[in-house]
Amino acid sequence: MSDFFGDWHALLVLVLAGFLPNEIWRMLGLWLGGGVDEGSELLVWVRAVATAILAGVIAQILVFPPGALASVPDWLRYGAVAAGFAAFIVARRSIFTGVVCGELVMLAGKWWLG
Amino acid sequence: MRSVASTVLTLVLFATYLGIGALAHDTHFSLGWVLASTVLVWAGPAQIILISTLGSGATALQAAIAVTVSAIRLFPMVVSVLPMLRTPRTKRRHLVLVTHFIAVTLWVECFRLLPQVPRERRIAFTHGLGIGLCSVCLVATSIGYGLAANLPQLFAAAILLLTPLAFLLSTARNCRQLADILALALGLALFPLASMLHTGVDILISGVSAGSIAYGAHRWRARE
Repeated sequence: MSDFFGDWHALLVLVLAGFLPNEIWRMLGLWLGGGVDEGSELLVWVRAVATAILAGVIAQILVFPPGALASVPDWLRYGAVAAGFAAFIVARRSIFTGVVCGELVMLAGKWWLG
Repeated sequence: MRSVASTVLTLVLFATYLGIGALAHDTHFSLGWVLASTVLVWAGPAQIILISTLGSGATALQAAIAVTVSAIRLFPMVVSVLPMLRTPRTKRRHLVLVTHFIAVTLWVECFRLLPQVPRERRIAFTHGLGIGLCSVCLVATSIGYGLAANLPQLFAAAILLLTPLAFLLSTARNCRQLADILALALGLALFPLASMLHTGVDILISGVSAGSIAYGAHRWRARE
C-alpha cells in the first residue's frame, strides 16, 4: 500500500497543491453560479472569458513547451497547429482530421530535420 | 456508454493521460500518486503543471499558485454548464459530483450532447460520462507510467502536442456566437503579450481582457 502511493507527505502535497487549488474554482462556480439563467448576458461574458483563458493555456503550452515538446523548433510547433486548424476547417470542422493532420506535419517536420 | 466511446476527444484524452503517466514516471512520482491525481484533480493542464513544477524542485506553494491560475477557467465552465443540468427540483448537493467532473472535455461534450438528453436525465447522463472518461484516463495513466522508460522522445513530443491541438479544435467547434470566436482568437493573440509582463497570472490577464473585449464586440453588434 505505502509502496503504491509513496509516503503520506507526497499525498498531502497532492491534496494541498493539486486538488484544493484546482477544485476551489469548480465549487465556487457551484455556489455562486446558482442564480444565473441559461442564455443570460452575464453568461455570454463568462463564457467568453472561459474561452479566452483556455486559449491562453493553449498558447502557453505552444510558446513555453513542457518536456519533450521543447525539442520541436518554434516554427514547427506553430506550423503544425496552423496546419491542423486549416485541415479542421477544410474537413468541415472535423476534430479528428485536424488533430491527425497537425500531428503528421509535426512528425514529418521532425523527420525532415533529422 | 456510447457517448464515451464515440467521442474523438476520448482518444485525445487517452493519449494526454498516457503523457501524464509518462511525465510522472520520469519525475519519480509513484503510480498510486499519479492515479490519485487523475481522480482528484481531473484536469489535464493542471496535472501537467503540478507534476512539472513539483518535479523541477519548486515548493508546494509555488505549485499551488501555478495550478490555481490554470484552474480559474473551470469557474466559468461550471457556471455555464450547470443551468443545462438543473431542474426545478434539483438540490445543490445533487450537483457536487457533476461539478467535480467538469473539465474541458466534459464541458465541450455537454454542449454537444446534453440538448439531446431529456432534462430530468441529464445529471445521471453526466455522471455516466464523467465516470466513463475518468476510467479511460486511469487506464491511460497506468499504461503511460508503465511505458515511460521506453518512450522515444519523438512520441513523447507528439503526445504533448495533442493537448493544445485538441483544446484548440474542440473549442473552435463549439464557437457559435461572435463573442466565442473573438474570445478564442484574441485569447491566443494576447497571451504572448501578457506573458511579457511576467506577473505569474499572465493567463488570467490575457483571458479576462480578451474575453471582455469579445463580449464588448458582441454587445456593440447587438445594438446595431
